[in-house]
Amino acid sequence: MSNKMKIVIVGNGMVGHHFVEQICQTMPDAVVTVLSGEPRLAYDRVHLSEYFSGKTAEELALTTPENYESLGVNFFTDAKVTHIDRALKTVTTASDESFQYDKLILATGSYPFVPPIPGSDQEHCLVYRTIEDLEAIQNSANQSKVGVVVGGGLLGLEAANALKEAGLETHVVEFAPQLMGVQLDAGGGAQLKQKIEELGVNVHTSKATEVIAASEATRFELRFKDGSTLGTDMVLFSAGIRPQDALAREFDLELGERGGIVINNYCQTSDADIYAIGECALWNKMIFGLVAPGYQMARVAASHIAGSDLAFTGADMSTKLKLLGVDVGSIGDAHARTPGALTYVFQNQAKQVYKKIVVDAEQKHLLGAVLVGDCNEYDTLLQYALNGIELPELPESLILPVAEGAPGLPAGSLPDTATVCSCHNVAKSDIIEAMDAGACDLGSVKSCTKASTGCGGCAALLKTVVETELENRGVEVKKDICEHFAYSRQELYHIIRVEQIKTFEELLDKHGKGLGCDICKPTAASILASTWNDYILEKPHVGLQDTNDRYLANMQKDGTYSVVPRIAGGEVTPDKLIVLGEVAKEYDLYCKITGGQRIDLFGARLEQLPEIWRKLVDAGFETGHAYGKSLRTVKSCVGSTWCRYGVQDSVGTAIDIEGRYKGLRSPHKIKMAVSGCTRECAEAQSKDVGVIATENGWNLYVCGNGGMKPRHADLFATDLDTETLIKYIDRLLMFYVKTADRLQRTSVWMENLEGGLEYLQQVIIEDSLGICDELEQQMSHIVGTYQCEWKTTIESPEALKRFRQFVNSPDQDENVVFVQERTQIRPATETEKQEYWQANKIQIETIDTDVVETEALGVE
Amino acid sequence: MNWQTLCKSSDLIDNAGVCAKFNEEQVALFSLFEGEQQTLFALGNWDPIGKANVLSRGVLGSIGEEFVVASPLYKQHFSLLTGKCLEDENVSVPVYQVRIQNDLVEIAA
Ligand code: SRM
Ligand SMILES: Cc1cc2nc3c(=O)[nH]c(=O)nc-3n(C[C@H](O)[C@H](O)[C@H](O)COP(=O)(O)OP(=O)(O)OC[C@H]3O[C@@H](n4cnc5c(N)ncnc54)[C@H](O)[C@@H]3O)c2cc1C
Ligand code: SF4
Ligand code: FES
Repeated sequence: MSNKMKIVIVGNGMVGHHFVEQICQTMPDAVVTVLSGEPRLAYDRVHLSEYFSGKTAEELALTTPENYESLGVNFFTDAKVTHIDRALKTVTTASDESFQYDKLILATGSYPFVPPIPGSDQEHCLVYRTIEDLEAIQNSANQSKVGVVVGGGLLGLEAANALKEAGLETHVVEFAPQLMGVQLDAGGGAQLKQKIEELGVNVHTSKATEVIAASEATRFELRFKDGSTLGTDMVLFSAGIRPQDALAREFDLELGERGGIVINNYCQTSDADIYAIGECALWNKMIFGLVAPGYQMARVAASHIAGSDLAFTGADMSTKLKLLGVDVGSIGDAHARTPGALTYVFQNQAKQVYKKIVVDAEQKHLLGAVLVGDCNEYDTLLQYALNGIELPELPESLILPVAEGAPGLPAGSLPDTATVCSCHNVAKSDIIEAMDAGACDLGSVKSCTKASTGCGGCAALLKTVVETELENRGVEVKKDICEHFAYSRQELYHIIRVEQIKTFEELLDKHGKGLGCDICKPTAASILASTWNDYILEKPHVGLQDTNDRYLANMQKDGTYSVVPRIAGGEVTPDKLIVLGEVAKEYDLYCKITGGQRIDLFGARLEQLPEIWRKLVDAGFETGHAYGKSLRTVKSCVGSTWCRYGVQDSVGTAIDIEGRYKGLRSPHKIKMAVSGCTRECAEAQSKDVGVIATENGWNLYVCGNGGMKPRHADLFATDLDTETLIKYIDRLLMFYVKTADRLQRTSVWMENLEGGLEYLQQVIIEDSLGICDELEQQMSHIVGTYQCEWKTTIESPEALKRFRQFVNSPDQDENVVFVQERTQIRPATETEKQEYWQANKIQIETIDTDVVETEALGVE
Repeated sequence: MNWQTLCKSSDLIDNAGVCAKFNEEQVALFSLFEGEQQTLFALGNWDPIGKANVLSRGVLGSIGEEFVVASPLYKQHFSLLTGKCLEDENVSVPVYQVRIQNDLVEIAA
């Protein structure tokens, strides 16, 4: 007999499965056996409802037999455990198979509670817990017109959504006077009820169902205690869950008064060799009906068996959900039960938003919150509550609609427990730990914590956290842009300007090493362009450009390109529109109006770009630089020329501004807008540079951002005349070009500038550094040397040579295949391509179509 | 070894790629300069991750000692010598032997 430890896990739900993953890591030698009571292995119960929107059981699966096999895990499905022999240390399944254990893990979860109402056990009276349940619901829904969910809690509302999606007239019946009584207060519950009813779900609160009887118009009739009735064809019970503790009950493990297997801080039951984790476990008289605490228990149990003493210390039950399309959030003491607690409430009935925060008597700390209709503040509030961050002076500012200067969470005060990367659940403390263990730059922090290797959305935050932490440790933060240059972008900029360096080769020769890469080459190209403004496709610069710059067009997923001519200020003549239409028609390009007030033509093959552009240039179009890190669009509204409210000519000004800064290469793209009055139809306050007309001139806003992390622009100067306006923008942009990091939008640039807005005002308005003359001169050099890159390109035979799919053949790329959709082209899917090739008998090499997961290596 | 002519050496672009057709395959040709020293590399043009024929349009460079091209779609790096993807060892692209003879680019057939 081997002396390897035998671990048997009863139940392969979400938590049981998480335990398997953990134990395979902590005890790779153990013999692990999984007994799943369901006909399949673990799946994602949290996203169960997506089964109705088309997710298959395979897609919901958390593991596969192959995966368990490769981990060396023994597993059995349909293996319901019916006996535990604690003396012999064996468990036996319903089919009479026995398994020996050294450690036994009960991860049996819970089952839906069906209230003992007469008639609740007939066909078409169902529950919502497993994939089999969902199959039954779908079957029943197919034969029903009306559905009722009994129970208005979180799961009940999710179930109601499923019925509604299935096209049923849907009702929710709740015994209590409000919905989601556990998570919400009365005000939040009422708001939620109103919203849900508006979405077409009927909500009946304070209704006690007494009997489910047969009926005529509908299959059943629910009769309530107050005498009223409700007809329905099916009933879904969602009246709470009960811990699945039958085994513990029968084989004498300690239970709680109202059920649940009692565990200690290490998740051990009253028998030290038997652990219980997940929804069947009762810790400190509490059952945790969420998956995160269950995962925590799984981790604790696995590490305890492996000999370490990680403890379970309770879990936060805050939740954020989208129910029937309504955002709902609940944090901490939502009901203000803490003695002395005070509440602040904000309600906007028109928009159906309800927000409440609960603070302690001293108004120093956040205890809880309720959010209905808008969960934007959830993350920030949760950080305040979990980490005891001191509240701002006016706590209400945390939930009031965003006004000027609303307090967010100051980056430096981010608590150690704050989640930085939600994809990989990496907290600030994990990052600090990794750095303590020797990771001393961004790259190594990334590879040891996995932070920022999922969707990439946290890259900027991660960088700030790592750099702040390095600075705290007195480490000089290396801002090297890559392994080839020990300089930041700003330093490279200075080197290039001071030493009058004109090519990348020279820069690399004097200051770098290796051959360069896809980071330093485009950066240098951008600096060279914003300093000397040479044609970017001149021979020494060609190889430096990102593909979009190199072909002066944006590459699409299939390797074709989009064509975006400049339409300054969004103003365009009928003749020019006709040209766009004609060109699009001739080359069969897909047409779309962009979010930047211009027209994008998609699906151009590399070799077609010059001909297309020749036609556009001949008709008076210029490049729109949609491919460059440079000025994109200056959005306008109609302004005083047409609009009855306009006070200045916003279109004219937008066109002038766009004409002035087009072609300016910068650390990242720049967007601007000009509005003709305070109604702000051009959305100038979301732009890098926003201009809003006043009776007396222009208000200038700076450093706004839309996109991934929107930032309201800051009011920089008021009532400027046009000349001063342009002067300030010249200075601001040039200062940005000189000092920003690579791929840093103005919003982030300003947030990282010491002194922020005020400092920027001093530099630009008061000329505190004495550099404004120089900034203006440099800008005027750029403005004076502008050329349309496409015009230059089509006039250069040397440059045109590069726009060929093959240097040795006139053939086209056979992988570019289009199909029609809504009477325009779109790229064919993989399957459509196969069909096309077969129909056209094109011989293709076998192309490896394995889906490869890749890091998000930065957009654009 | 059987060498087949692909194109003229003047079709190449210094420190960048072009694409040539070799029988029915697409081959990305890269001409890399270290100082005056020119080296030619050839990889398949198909980007197995981005799933498009685009590798010839990527940026060239070095990572450590390795010469690489970065995919223009999602920026993974492929070794010019081995065709291996640096970010994912399970992925690679074919490599071909190429040379310049009398101002012509030739590939080993
Ligand atoms: C075409 C367009 C979408 C549309 O059909 O409307 C678009 C398309 C792309 N956007 Fe955008 N964005 C477009 C308007 C916007 C807007 C709206 C606006 O400009 O008013 C925004 C938010 C405003 C802002 O930037 O502050 C926007 C925020 C982004 C971002 C996020 C930037 C950020 O700082 O958060 C990216 C990613 C990036 O730049 O790293 C992005 C990146 C992209 C890229 C370049 C992604 C890529 O690499 O392929 C897309 C290029 C498609 C192409 O080939 O043309 N796009 N993008 C819009 C082109 C406007 C134009 O005429 O030039
Ligand atoms: C529709 C729905 C939506 C949800 N949404 C969320 C959410 O948004 N957020 C959140 O945190 N939580 C959510 N939950 C709760 C979450 O799914 C549970 O907390 C989690 O699944 C609990 O995991 P578990 O492993 O403890 O139990 P379970 O996943 O129930 O697994 C227990 C398993 O043990 C098996 N079993 C029981 N007895 C035996 C036996 N004797 N022998 C063998 N096997 C046995 C059962 O068949 C079951 O497969 C949701 C639940 C549902 C149903
Ligand atoms: S980057 Fe995203 S948001 Fe912008 S156009 Fe592409 S898909 Fe749309
Ligand atoms: S949030 Fe960090 S990678 Fe997605």
